[in-house]
Amino acid sequence: MNKIDTGTTAWMITATALVLLMTPGLAFFYGGMTRAKSVLNMMMMSFVSIITVSIAWVFYGYSLAFTSSGDGFIDKFIGGFDALGLQSIIGTATKAGGMPSMVFSAFQMTFAVITVALISGAIADRARFGAWVVFSVAWSTLVYFPVAHWVWGGGWLAGLGIEDFAGGTVVHVNAGAAGLALALVLGKRAGWRKEPMRPHNLTLVLLGVGLLWFGWFGFNAGSELAVDGTAGLAFMNTQVAAAAAAGAWILVEKLRDGHSTTLGVASGAVAGLVAITPACGFIDPWASVLLGAAAGAVCAYAVGLKYRLGFDDSLDVVGVHLVGGALGAVALGVIARYPFAAGQGKGLLYGGPISQLGVQALGPVVVGLYSFAMAWIIGKIIDRTMGFRISREEELAGVDITTHAETGYDLGTVHASGVASLNGPAVPAGANKVDA
Amino acid sequence: MRLITAVIKPFKLDDVKAALEQFGIKGMTVSEASGYGRQRGHTEVYRGAEYQVDLVPKVRLEVLAEEEDAEDIIDVIVKAAQTGKIGDGKVWSVPVDTVIRVRTGERGPEAL
Repeated sequence: MNKIDTGTTAWMITATALVLLMTPGLAFFYGGMTRAKSVLNMMMMSFVSIITVSIAWVFYGYSLAFTSSGDGFIDKFIGGFDALGLQSIIGTATKAGGMPSMVFSAFQMTFAVITVALISGAIADRARFGAWVVFSVAWSTLVYFPVAHWVWGGGWLAGLGIEDFAGGTVVHVNAGAAGLALALVLGKRAGWRKEPMRPHNLTLVLLGVGLLWFGWFGFNAGSELAVDGTAGLAFMNTQVAAAAAAGAWILVEKLRDGHSTTLGVASGAVAGLVAITPACGFIDPWASVLLGAAAGAVCAYAVGLKYRLGFDDSLDVVGVHLVGGALGAVALGVIARYPFAAGQGKGLLYGGPISQLGVQALGPVVVGLYSFAMAWIIGKIIDRTMGFRISREEELAGVDITTHAETGYDLGTVHASGVASLNGPAVPAGANKVDA
Repeated sequence: MRLITAVIKPFKLDDVKAALEQFGIKGMTVSEASGYGRQRGHTEVYRGAEYQVDLVPKVRLEVLAEEEDAEDIIDVIVKAAQTGKIGDGKVWSVPVDTVIRVRTGERGPEAL
Protein backbone atom coordinates (compact mmCIF):
# COMPACT_ATOMS: atom_id res chain seq x y z
CA MET A 1 0.00 0.00 0.00
CA ASN A 2 1.27 3.43 -0.95
CA LYS A 3 1.75 5.85 1.87
CA ILE A 4 -1.34 7.53 3.26
CA ASP A 5 -1.25 11.11 4.41
CA THR A 6 -3.58 11.61 7.33
CA GLY A 7 -4.20 15.29 6.55
CA THR A 8 -5.08 14.55 2.94
CA THR A 9 -7.30 11.65 3.88
CA ALA A 10 -9.14 13.63 6.56
CA TRP A 11 -9.76 16.49 4.13
CA MET A 12 -10.91 14.20 1.32
CA ILE A 13 -13.40 12.42 3.56
CA THR A 14 -14.73 15.83 4.57
CA ALA A 15 -14.79 17.04 0.96
CA THR A 16 -16.72 13.92 -0.06
CA ALA A 17 -19.41 14.66 2.51
CA LEU A 18 -19.51 18.28 1.32
CA VAL A 19 -20.08 17.23 -2.28
CA LEU A 20 -22.80 14.77 -1.34
CA LEU A 21 -24.62 17.61 0.46
CA MET A 22 -24.82 19.42 -2.87
CA THR A 23 -27.42 16.99 -4.17
CA PRO A 24 -29.98 17.69 -1.42
CA GLY A 25 -29.00 21.33 -1.94
CA LEU A 26 -29.83 20.98 -5.62
CA ALA A 27 -33.13 19.38 -4.63
CA PHE A 28 -34.05 22.55 -2.69
CA PHE A 29 -32.72 24.81 -5.47
CA TYR A 30 -34.79 23.01 -8.09
CA GLY A 31 -37.76 22.28 -5.82
CA GLY A 32 -38.31 25.93 -4.98
CA MET A 33 -38.30 26.87 -8.66
CA THR A 34 -41.11 24.51 -9.64
CA ARG A 35 -44.77 25.09 -9.00
CA ALA A 36 -46.08 23.95 -5.60
CA LYS A 37 -47.82 20.95 -7.15
CA SER A 38 -44.51 19.49 -8.35
CA VAL A 39 -42.07 20.33 -5.56
CA LEU A 40 -41.85 16.82 -4.12
CA ASN A 41 -41.34 15.10 -7.47
CA MET A 42 -38.61 17.60 -8.31
CA MET A 43 -36.79 16.94 -5.05
CA MET A 44 -37.40 13.22 -5.37
CA MET A 45 -35.59 13.10 -8.72
CA SER A 46 -32.46 14.41 -7.00
CA PHE A 47 -32.76 12.10 -4.03
CA VAL A 48 -33.35 9.00 -6.12
CA SER A 49 -30.19 9.80 -8.07
CA ILE A 50 -28.31 9.38 -4.79
CA ILE A 51 -29.84 5.91 -4.52
CA THR A 52 -29.38 4.60 -8.05
CA VAL A 53 -26.01 6.13 -8.91
CA SER A 54 -24.39 5.22 -5.59
CA ILE A 55 -25.35 1.59 -6.05
CA ALA A 56 -24.28 1.49 -9.70
CA TRP A 57 -21.00 3.11 -8.64
CA VAL A 58 -20.16 0.37 -6.16
CA PHE A 59 -20.92 -2.49 -8.53
CA TYR A 60 -19.31 -1.22 -11.73
CA GLY A 61 -19.28 2.59 -12.05
CA TYR A 62 -15.96 3.20 -10.33
CA SER A 63 -14.35 0.35 -12.20
CA LEU A 64 -15.53 1.57 -15.62
CA ALA A 65 -14.46 5.15 -14.88
CA PHE A 66 -11.19 4.82 -13.03
CA THR A 67 -9.50 1.50 -13.73
CA SER A 68 -7.64 0.51 -16.87
CA SER A 69 -9.05 -2.07 -19.25
CA GLY A 70 -5.52 -3.19 -20.09
CA ASP A 71 -6.03 -2.84 -23.82
CA GLY A 72 -4.47 0.42 -25.00
CA PHE A 73 -7.19 1.17 -27.55
CA ILE A 74 -10.25 0.23 -25.51
CA ASP A 75 -8.79 2.05 -22.53
CA LYS A 76 -9.09 5.32 -24.44
CA PHE A 77 -12.87 5.00 -24.16
CA ILE A 78 -13.77 2.90 -21.14
CA GLY A 79 -12.13 1.47 -18.05
CA GLY A 80 -11.93 -2.17 -17.03
CA PHE A 81 -13.50 -4.60 -14.61
CA ASP A 82 -10.72 -4.83 -12.06
CA ALA A 83 -12.63 -3.05 -9.33
CA LEU A 84 -16.15 -4.46 -9.70
CA GLY A 85 -17.89 -4.28 -6.36
CA LEU A 86 -14.93 -2.20 -5.06
CA GLN A 87 -13.55 -5.48 -3.70
CA SER A 88 -10.04 -5.07 -5.11
CA ILE A 89 -9.41 -1.57 -3.75
CA ILE A 90 -10.02 -2.36 -0.11
CA GLY A 91 -6.85 -1.59 1.79
CA THR A 92 -5.10 0.04 -1.18
CA ALA A 93 -4.03 3.63 -1.65
CA THR A 94 -4.26 5.84 -4.73
CA LYS A 95 -1.32 5.69 -7.16
CA ALA A 96 -0.24 9.20 -6.33
CA GLY A 97 -0.48 8.25 -2.69
CA GLY A 98 -2.06 10.33 -0.02
CA MET A 99 -5.38 8.61 0.58
CA PRO A 100 -7.04 5.19 0.54
CA SER A 101 -8.48 4.30 -2.87
CA MET A 102 -11.83 3.86 -1.18
CA VAL A 103 -11.87 7.52 -0.18
CA PHE A 104 -11.03 8.59 -3.74
CA SER A 105 -13.78 6.31 -5.02
CA ALA A 106 -16.33 7.74 -2.59
CA PHE A 107 -15.32 11.29 -3.55
CA GLN A 108 -15.82 10.56 -7.26
CA MET A 109 -19.10 8.79 -6.54
CA THR A 110 -20.63 12.02 -5.25
CA PHE A 111 -19.75 13.71 -8.57
CA ALA A 112 -21.58 11.02 -10.53
CA VAL A 113 -24.61 11.44 -8.26
CA ILE A 114 -24.98 15.18 -8.69
CA THR A 115 -24.31 15.11 -12.43
CA VAL A 116 -27.31 12.84 -12.93
CA ALA A 117 -29.45 14.90 -10.53
CA LEU A 118 -28.61 18.10 -12.46
CA ILE A 119 -30.33 16.74 -15.58
CA SER A 120 -33.70 16.50 -13.83
CA GLY A 121 -34.14 20.28 -13.87
CA ALA A 122 -34.90 20.12 -17.58
CA ILE A 123 -37.99 17.92 -17.14
CA ALA A 124 -39.80 19.44 -14.17
CA ASP A 125 -43.52 18.77 -13.62
CA ARG A 126 -44.00 16.07 -16.25
CA ALA A 127 -41.70 13.04 -15.97
CA ARG A 128 -42.77 9.56 -14.96
CA PHE A 129 -40.87 8.70 -11.83
CA GLY A 130 -40.08 5.11 -12.83
CA ALA A 131 -38.83 6.32 -16.19
CA TRP A 132 -36.48 8.76 -14.46
CA VAL A 133 -35.14 5.96 -12.23
CA VAL A 134 -34.36 3.84 -15.30
CA PHE A 135 -32.84 6.83 -17.10
CA SER A 136 -30.58 7.66 -14.14
CA VAL A 137 -29.04 4.18 -14.24
CA ALA A 138 -28.80 3.98 -18.04
CA TRP A 139 -27.32 7.45 -18.54
CA SER A 140 -24.77 7.14 -15.74
CA THR A 141 -23.71 3.76 -17.15
CA LEU A 142 -23.52 4.72 -20.81
CA VAL A 143 -22.48 8.36 -20.49
CA TYR A 144 -21.15 9.50 -17.13
CA PHE A 145 -18.83 6.59 -16.36
CA PRO A 146 -17.24 6.56 -19.85
CA VAL A 147 -16.90 10.36 -20.01
CA ALA A 148 -15.31 10.48 -16.55
CA HIS A 149 -12.87 7.88 -17.91
CA TRP A 150 -12.14 9.96 -21.04
CA VAL A 151 -11.18 13.01 -19.01
CA TRP A 152 -10.08 11.82 -15.56
CA GLY A 153 -9.53 8.08 -15.90
CA GLY A 154 -6.73 8.12 -18.45
CA GLY A 155 -8.94 8.08 -21.55
CA TRP A 156 -8.52 9.80 -24.90
CA LEU A 157 -9.29 13.38 -23.83
CA ALA A 158 -6.82 13.05 -20.97
CA GLY A 159 -4.34 11.81 -23.57
CA LEU A 160 -4.86 14.99 -25.59
CA GLY A 161 -4.04 17.03 -22.47
CA ILE A 162 -7.49 18.45 -21.68
CA GLU A 163 -7.70 20.40 -18.45
CA ASP A 164 -10.84 19.99 -16.38
CA PHE A 165 -10.05 20.61 -12.75
CA ALA A 166 -13.36 19.66 -11.15
CA GLY A 167 -15.74 18.88 -13.97
CA GLY A 168 -16.79 21.74 -16.23
CA THR A 169 -16.96 19.28 -19.09
CA VAL A 170 -17.46 15.98 -17.24
CA VAL A 171 -20.20 17.31 -14.96
CA HIS A 172 -21.78 20.48 -16.31
CA VAL A 173 -21.57 20.28 -20.10
CA ASN A 174 -22.40 16.58 -19.80
CA ALA A 175 -25.52 17.20 -17.68
CA GLY A 176 -26.59 20.26 -19.66
CA ALA A 177 -26.51 18.44 -23.00
CA ALA A 178 -28.45 15.50 -21.55
CA GLY A 179 -30.99 17.93 -20.10
CA LEU A 180 -31.53 19.50 -23.52
CA ALA A 181 -32.09 16.06 -25.05
CA LEU A 182 -34.63 15.07 -22.41
CA ALA A 183 -36.46 18.40 -22.68
CA LEU A 184 -36.89 17.63 -26.39
CA VAL A 185 -37.90 14.00 -25.86
CA LEU A 186 -40.54 14.86 -23.26
CA GLY A 187 -41.77 18.03 -24.93
CA LYS A 188 -43.18 21.19 -23.42
CA ARG A 189 -45.28 21.29 -20.30
CA ALA A 190 -49.01 21.79 -20.70
CA GLY A 191 -49.60 25.54 -20.85
CA TRP A 192 -45.95 26.47 -21.34
CA ARG A 193 -45.62 30.17 -22.18
CA LYS A 194 -49.39 30.62 -21.74
CA GLU A 195 -49.79 30.01 -18.03
CA PRO A 196 -47.55 31.51 -15.39
CA MET A 197 -45.03 28.92 -14.14
CA ARG A 198 -43.51 30.97 -11.42
CA PRO A 199 -41.09 29.61 -8.80
CA HIS A 200 -43.35 28.72 -5.88
CA ASN A 201 -40.84 29.23 -3.08
CA LEU A 202 -37.80 31.42 -3.54
CA THR A 203 -36.71 30.93 0.07
CA LEU A 204 -36.15 27.24 -0.75
CA VAL A 205 -34.17 28.30 -3.81
CA LEU A 206 -31.89 30.44 -1.66
CA LEU A 207 -31.51 27.68 0.91
CA GLY A 208 -30.57 25.31 -1.89
CA VAL A 209 -28.05 27.66 -3.42
CA GLY A 210 -26.49 28.18 0.01
CA LEU A 211 -26.00 24.44 0.41
CA LEU A 212 -24.66 24.16 -3.15
CA TRP A 213 -22.20 27.00 -2.61
CA PHE A 214 -20.99 25.44 0.66
CA GLY A 215 -20.65 21.99 -0.85
CA TRP A 216 -18.90 23.37 -3.92
CA PHE A 217 -15.78 24.05 -1.84
CA GLY A 218 -15.46 20.30 -1.42
CA PHE A 219 -16.19 19.82 -5.10
CA ASN A 220 -13.53 22.25 -6.34
CA ALA A 221 -10.86 22.42 -3.65
CA GLY A 222 -11.30 18.69 -3.06
CA SER A 223 -10.54 18.00 -6.70
CA GLU A 224 -6.91 18.83 -6.03
CA LEU A 225 -6.94 15.47 -4.18
CA ALA A 226 -4.37 16.88 -1.79
CA VAL A 227 -3.92 19.51 0.88
CA ASP A 228 -1.65 22.08 -0.72
CA GLY A 229 -1.40 25.51 -2.30
CA THR A 230 -3.46 24.56 -5.33
CA ALA A 231 -6.32 23.43 -3.09
CA GLY A 232 -6.19 26.83 -1.40
CA LEU A 233 -6.17 28.60 -4.77
CA ALA A 234 -9.14 26.52 -5.95
CA PHE A 235 -11.00 27.39 -2.74
CA MET A 236 -10.48 31.14 -3.13
CA ASN A 237 -11.24 31.12 -6.85
CA THR A 238 -14.49 29.27 -6.19
CA GLN A 239 -15.60 31.94 -3.75
CA VAL A 240 -14.76 35.01 -5.85
CA ALA A 241 -16.14 33.57 -9.09
CA ALA A 242 -19.48 32.82 -7.43
CA ALA A 243 -19.60 36.28 -5.88
CA ALA A 244 -18.70 38.05 -9.13
CA ALA A 245 -21.21 36.01 -11.13
CA ALA A 246 -24.07 36.67 -8.69
CA GLY A 247 -23.21 40.37 -8.81
CA ALA A 248 -23.06 40.40 -12.60
CA TRP A 249 -26.38 38.59 -12.97
CA ILE A 250 -28.31 41.01 -10.74
CA LEU A 251 -26.62 43.96 -12.43
CA VAL A 252 -27.85 42.70 -15.80
CA GLU A 253 -31.32 42.30 -14.27
CA LYS A 254 -31.30 45.80 -12.83
CA LEU A 255 -30.31 47.34 -16.15
CA ARG A 256 -32.53 45.11 -18.30
CA ASP A 257 -35.63 44.40 -16.18
CA GLY A 258 -35.51 47.19 -13.62
CA HIS A 259 -35.17 44.96 -10.55
CA SER A 260 -32.46 42.85 -8.99
CA THR A 261 -34.01 39.58 -7.81
CA THR A 262 -33.25 36.82 -5.33
CA LEU A 263 -33.64 34.27 -8.11
CA GLY A 264 -30.99 36.27 -9.97
CA VAL A 265 -28.56 36.07 -7.03
CA ALA A 266 -29.15 32.33 -6.73
CA SER A 267 -28.86 31.67 -10.47
CA GLY A 268 -25.82 33.91 -10.84
CA ALA A 269 -23.98 32.23 -7.97
CA VAL A 270 -24.58 28.82 -9.55
CA ALA A 271 -23.49 30.08 -12.98
CA GLY A 272 -20.24 31.36 -11.48
CA LEU A 273 -19.64 28.14 -9.57
CA VAL A 274 -20.23 26.17 -12.75
CA ALA A 275 -17.83 28.28 -14.82
CA ILE A 276 -15.04 28.22 -12.24
CA THR A 277 -15.34 24.44 -11.78
CA PRO A 278 -13.03 23.44 -14.64
CA ALA A 279 -10.69 26.37 -14.02
CA CYS A 280 -10.43 26.79 -10.23
CA GLY A 281 -6.96 25.28 -9.75
CA PHE A 282 -5.40 26.71 -12.87
CA ILE A 283 -6.03 30.47 -12.79
CA ASP A 284 -5.38 33.61 -10.74
CA PRO A 285 -7.99 35.02 -8.35
CA TRP A 286 -8.36 38.20 -10.42
CA ALA A 287 -9.01 36.04 -13.49
CA SER A 288 -11.65 34.16 -11.47
CA VAL A 289 -13.45 37.43 -10.80
CA LEU A 290 -13.51 38.15 -14.54
CA LEU A 291 -14.54 34.61 -15.46
CA GLY A 292 -17.28 34.66 -12.83
CA ALA A 293 -18.59 38.05 -13.97
CA ALA A 294 -18.60 36.88 -17.57
CA ALA A 295 -20.46 33.69 -16.61
CA GLY A 296 -23.07 35.62 -14.64
CA ALA A 297 -23.75 38.04 -17.47
CA VAL A 298 -23.67 35.45 -20.27
CA CYS A 299 -25.93 32.97 -18.45
CA ALA A 300 -28.39 35.74 -17.50
CA TYR A 301 -28.99 36.07 -21.24
CA ALA A 302 -28.55 32.38 -22.10
CA VAL A 303 -31.56 31.37 -20.00
CA GLY A 304 -33.73 33.31 -22.45
CA LEU A 305 -32.64 31.11 -25.37
CA LYS A 306 -35.28 28.48 -24.67
CA TYR A 307 -38.05 30.98 -25.37
CA ARG A 308 -36.52 31.93 -28.71
CA LEU A 309 -35.80 28.36 -29.76
CA GLY A 310 -38.93 26.88 -28.22
CA PHE A 311 -37.72 24.11 -25.90
CA ASP A 312 -39.00 23.76 -22.35
CA ASP A 313 -35.78 23.32 -20.37
CA SER A 314 -37.84 24.06 -17.29
CA LEU A 315 -35.17 25.11 -14.80
CA ASP A 316 -32.45 26.19 -17.25
CA VAL A 317 -30.03 23.28 -17.11
CA VAL A 318 -28.84 24.33 -20.57
CA GLY A 319 -28.63 28.06 -19.96
CA VAL A 320 -26.69 27.69 -16.72
CA HIS A 321 -24.81 24.37 -16.80
CA LEU A 322 -24.13 23.73 -20.48
CA VAL A 323 -23.31 27.35 -21.24
CA GLY A 324 -21.46 28.08 -17.99
CA GLY A 325 -19.50 24.82 -18.08
CA ALA A 326 -18.43 25.32 -21.69
CA LEU A 327 -17.47 28.94 -21.01
CA GLY A 328 -15.15 27.94 -18.16
CA ALA A 329 -13.66 25.02 -20.09
CA VAL A 330 -12.84 27.08 -23.18
CA ALA A 331 -11.65 30.11 -21.16
CA LEU A 332 -8.96 27.88 -19.69
CA GLY A 333 -7.32 27.76 -23.11
CA VAL A 334 -6.65 31.48 -22.67
CA ILE A 335 -6.22 32.13 -18.95
CA ALA A 336 -4.72 28.90 -17.53
CA ARG A 337 -1.52 29.84 -15.71
CA TYR A 338 -0.82 27.02 -13.27
CA PRO A 339 -1.30 23.71 -15.11
CA PHE A 340 -0.72 20.34 -13.46
CA ALA A 341 2.42 19.60 -15.46
CA ALA A 342 4.93 22.44 -15.60
CA GLY A 343 5.48 23.89 -19.05
CA GLN A 344 2.42 22.13 -20.49
CA GLY A 345 -1.16 23.20 -20.93
CA LYS A 346 -0.83 26.93 -20.26
CA GLY A 347 -3.33 29.33 -21.77
CA LEU A 348 -2.60 31.65 -24.68
CA LEU A 349 -2.06 34.60 -22.31
CA TYR A 350 0.83 32.78 -20.68
CA GLY A 351 2.52 31.52 -23.80
CA GLY A 352 0.55 28.32 -24.10
CA PRO A 353 0.02 26.68 -27.48
CA ILE A 354 -3.07 27.25 -29.57
CA SER A 355 -3.52 23.47 -29.48
CA GLN A 356 -4.44 23.71 -25.79
CA LEU A 357 -7.27 26.10 -26.63
CA GLY A 358 -8.29 23.63 -29.33
CA VAL A 359 -8.46 20.73 -26.88
CA GLN A 360 -10.35 22.89 -24.37
CA ALA A 361 -12.98 23.58 -27.04
CA LEU A 362 -12.98 20.03 -28.39
CA GLY A 363 -13.80 18.51 -24.99
CA PRO A 364 -17.14 20.29 -24.41
CA VAL A 365 -18.14 19.82 -28.06
CA VAL A 366 -17.50 16.07 -28.16
CA VAL A 367 -18.81 15.40 -24.66
CA GLY A 368 -21.84 17.60 -25.33
CA LEU A 369 -22.67 15.84 -28.58
CA TYR A 370 -22.12 12.37 -27.13
CA SER A 371 -24.20 13.10 -24.03
CA PHE A 372 -26.96 14.72 -26.08
CA ALA A 373 -27.14 11.82 -28.53
CA MET A 374 -27.08 9.12 -25.87
CA ALA A 375 -29.60 10.88 -23.63
CA TRP A 376 -31.89 11.33 -26.62
CA ILE A 377 -31.62 7.66 -27.58
CA ILE A 378 -32.08 6.40 -24.01
CA GLY A 379 -34.95 8.85 -23.53
CA LYS A 380 -36.66 7.74 -26.74
CA ILE A 381 -36.31 4.04 -25.88
CA ILE A 382 -37.79 4.63 -22.43
CA ASP A 383 -40.56 6.75 -23.95
CA ARG A 384 -41.48 4.05 -26.51
CA THR A 385 -41.42 1.19 -24.00
CA MET A 386 -42.59 2.42 -20.59
CA GLY A 387 -43.48 6.02 -21.40
CA PHE A 388 -41.40 8.93 -20.11
CA ARG A 389 -44.21 11.40 -19.61
CA ILE A 390 -47.20 11.39 -17.29
CA SER A 391 -50.65 11.89 -18.79
CA ARG A 392 -52.02 15.36 -19.36
CA GLU A 393 -54.61 14.85 -16.61
CA GLU A 394 -51.91 13.81 -14.15
CA GLU A 395 -49.79 16.78 -15.15
CA LEU A 396 -52.64 19.24 -14.64
CA ALA A 397 -53.55 17.72 -11.27
CA GLY A 398 -49.89 17.79 -10.27
CA VAL A 399 -47.23 15.11 -10.40
CA ASP A 400 -46.84 15.12 -6.61
CA ILE A 401 -50.33 13.91 -5.85
CA THR A 402 -50.72 11.62 -8.89
CA THR A 403 -47.28 9.98 -8.78
CA HIS A 404 -46.29 10.07 -5.13
CA ALA A 405 -49.70 10.42 -3.41
CA GLU A 406 -48.34 13.33 -1.36
CA THR A 407 -48.56 17.09 -1.29
CA GLY A 408 -45.66 19.31 -0.32
CA TYR A 409 -47.65 21.71 1.81
CA ASP A 410 -50.60 21.35 4.16
CA LEU A 411 -51.46 24.94 4.89
CA GLY A 412 -55.25 24.84 5.17
CA THR A 413 -57.69 22.92 7.31
CA VAL A 414 -60.33 22.21 4.65
CA HIS A 415 -58.01 20.43 2.22
CA ALA A 416 -56.64 18.20 4.98
CA SER A 417 -59.97 17.08 6.40
CA GLY A 418 -60.73 13.42 5.94
CA VAL A 419 -60.80 10.05 7.61
CA ALA A 420 -57.51 8.52 8.72
CA SER A 421 -56.72 4.88 8.15
CA LEU A 422 -53.50 3.89 9.82
CA ASN A 423 -53.45 0.34 8.57
CA GLY A 424 -55.50 -1.32 5.90
CA PRO A 425 -58.41 -0.02 3.87
CA ALA A 426 -60.11 3.31 4.45
CA VAL A 427 -62.21 3.53 7.59
CA PRO A 428 -65.96 3.91 6.84
CA ALA A 429 -67.23 7.47 7.04
CA GLY A 430 -68.17 8.45 10.58
CA ALA A 431 -66.05 5.75 12.18
CA ASN A 432 -63.79 8.29 13.79
CA LYS A 433 -66.73 10.14 15.35
CA VAL A 434 -65.93 11.42 18.79
CA ASP A 435 -68.64 11.03 21.42
CA ALA A 436 -68.25 13.83 23.89
CA MET B 1 -82.01 41.22 7.87
CA ARG B 2 -79.19 42.04 5.44
CA LEU B 3 -75.80 40.63 4.53
CA ILE B 4 -73.23 43.35 4.02
CA THR B 5 -70.17 42.35 2.04
CA ALA B 6 -67.09 44.54 1.68
CA VAL B 7 -64.04 43.87 -0.49
CA ILE B 8 -61.30 46.17 0.77
CA LYS B 9 -57.56 46.73 0.79
CA PRO B 10 -55.91 44.24 3.17
CA PHE B 11 -54.07 46.89 5.18
CA LYS B 12 -57.39 48.65 5.89
CA LEU B 13 -58.84 45.63 7.68
CA ASP B 14 -57.75 46.71 11.16
CA ASP B 15 -59.23 50.21 10.72
CA VAL B 16 -62.54 48.81 9.47
CA LYS B 17 -62.70 46.24 12.23
CA ALA B 18 -62.04 48.86 14.91
CA ALA B 19 -64.69 51.19 13.44
CA LEU B 20 -67.28 48.38 13.33
CA GLU B 21 -66.51 47.37 16.90
CA GLN B 22 -66.97 50.95 18.01
CA PHE B 23 -70.29 51.02 16.18
CA GLY B 24 -71.37 47.95 18.17
CA ILE B 25 -70.94 45.12 15.70
CA LYS B 26 -70.00 41.97 17.58
CA GLY B 27 -69.19 39.53 14.82
CA MET B 28 -67.97 39.28 11.26
CA THR B 29 -66.42 36.84 8.79
CA VAL B 30 -63.16 37.74 7.06
CA SER B 31 -61.53 35.89 4.20
CA GLU B 32 -58.67 36.47 1.83
CA ALA B 33 -59.74 37.26 -1.71
CA SER B 34 -58.22 38.18 -5.05
CA GLY B 35 -59.66 40.29 -7.76
CA TYR B 36 -59.35 43.28 -9.97
CA GLY B 37 -61.37 46.25 -11.09
CA ARG B 38 -59.84 49.50 -12.24
CA GLN B 39 -56.73 48.66 -10.27
CA ARG B 40 -54.92 45.99 -12.27
CA GLY B 41 -52.19 43.66 -11.05
CA HIS B 42 -48.47 43.91 -11.49
CA THR B 43 -45.57 42.43 -13.43
CA GLU B 44 -43.10 39.91 -11.97
CA VAL B 45 -39.85 38.91 -13.67
CA TYR B 46 -38.16 35.54 -13.15
CA ARG B 47 -34.87 34.92 -14.94
CA GLY B 48 -35.84 37.61 -17.42
CA ALA B 49 -39.27 36.12 -18.20
CA GLU B 50 -42.15 38.50 -17.44
CA TYR B 51 -45.34 37.33 -15.78
CA GLN B 52 -48.40 39.56 -15.78
CA VAL B 53 -50.22 39.01 -12.51
CA ASP B 54 -53.75 40.37 -12.98
CA LEU B 55 -55.32 39.67 -9.61
CA VAL B 56 -54.66 41.89 -6.62
CA PRO B 57 -54.89 40.58 -3.05
CA LYS B 58 -57.97 41.84 -1.20
CA VAL B 59 -59.83 41.11 2.02
CA ARG B 60 -63.49 40.15 1.93
CA LEU B 61 -65.46 41.05 5.04
CA GLU B 62 -69.03 39.93 5.72
CA VAL B 63 -71.42 41.22 8.37
CA LEU B 64 -75.00 40.15 9.06
CA ALA B 65 -77.15 42.98 10.38
CA GLU B 66 -80.69 44.09 11.09
CA GLU B 67 -82.43 45.90 8.24
CA GLU B 68 -82.38 49.30 9.93
CA ASP B 69 -78.64 49.17 10.79
CA ALA B 70 -77.47 48.23 7.31
CA GLU B 71 -77.03 51.72 5.83
CA ASP B 72 -75.16 52.95 8.91
CA ILE B 73 -72.85 49.97 8.86
CA ILE B 74 -72.10 50.50 5.18
CA ASP B 75 -71.22 54.11 5.93
CA VAL B 76 -68.90 53.05 8.76
CA ILE B 77 -67.09 50.59 6.47
CA VAL B 78 -66.75 53.02 3.58
CA LYS B 79 -65.43 55.77 5.83
CA ALA B 80 -62.86 53.50 7.48
CA ALA B 81 -61.71 51.78 4.29
CA GLN B 82 -61.31 54.86 2.14
CA THR B 83 -57.88 56.07 0.99
CA GLY B 84 -59.14 57.93 -2.08
CA LYS B 85 -56.91 55.95 -4.42
CA ILE B 86 -57.86 53.39 -7.08
CA GLY B 87 -58.34 49.95 -5.56
CA ASP B 88 -60.18 50.90 -2.37
CA GLY B 89 -62.77 48.21 -3.11
CA LYS B 90 -66.54 47.88 -2.98
CA VAL B 91 -69.31 47.40 -0.42
CA TRP B 92 -72.75 45.97 -1.12
CA SER B 93 -75.68 44.50 0.79
CA VAL B 94 -78.30 41.89 -0.03
CA PRO B 95 -81.47 40.78 1.81
CA VAL B 96 -81.26 37.63 3.93
CA ASP B 97 -84.24 35.31 4.64
CA THR B 98 -83.00 33.27 7.54
CA VAL B 99 -80.18 33.29 10.05
CA ILE B 100 -79.74 30.47 12.55
CA ARG B 101 -77.32 30.30 15.45
CA VAL B 102 -75.90 26.79 15.25
CA ARG B 103 -75.26 26.41 18.99
CA THR B 104 -78.78 27.22 20.18
CA GLY B 105 -80.96 26.91 17.11
CA GLU B 106 -82.24 30.48 17.56
CA ARG B 107 -83.67 31.96 14.36
CA GLY B 108 -84.00 35.45 12.95
CA PRO B 109 -82.72 38.65 14.59
CA GLU B 110 -82.03 36.79 17.87
CA ALA B 111 -79.38 34.78 16.03
CA LEU B 112 -77.42 37.85 14.93
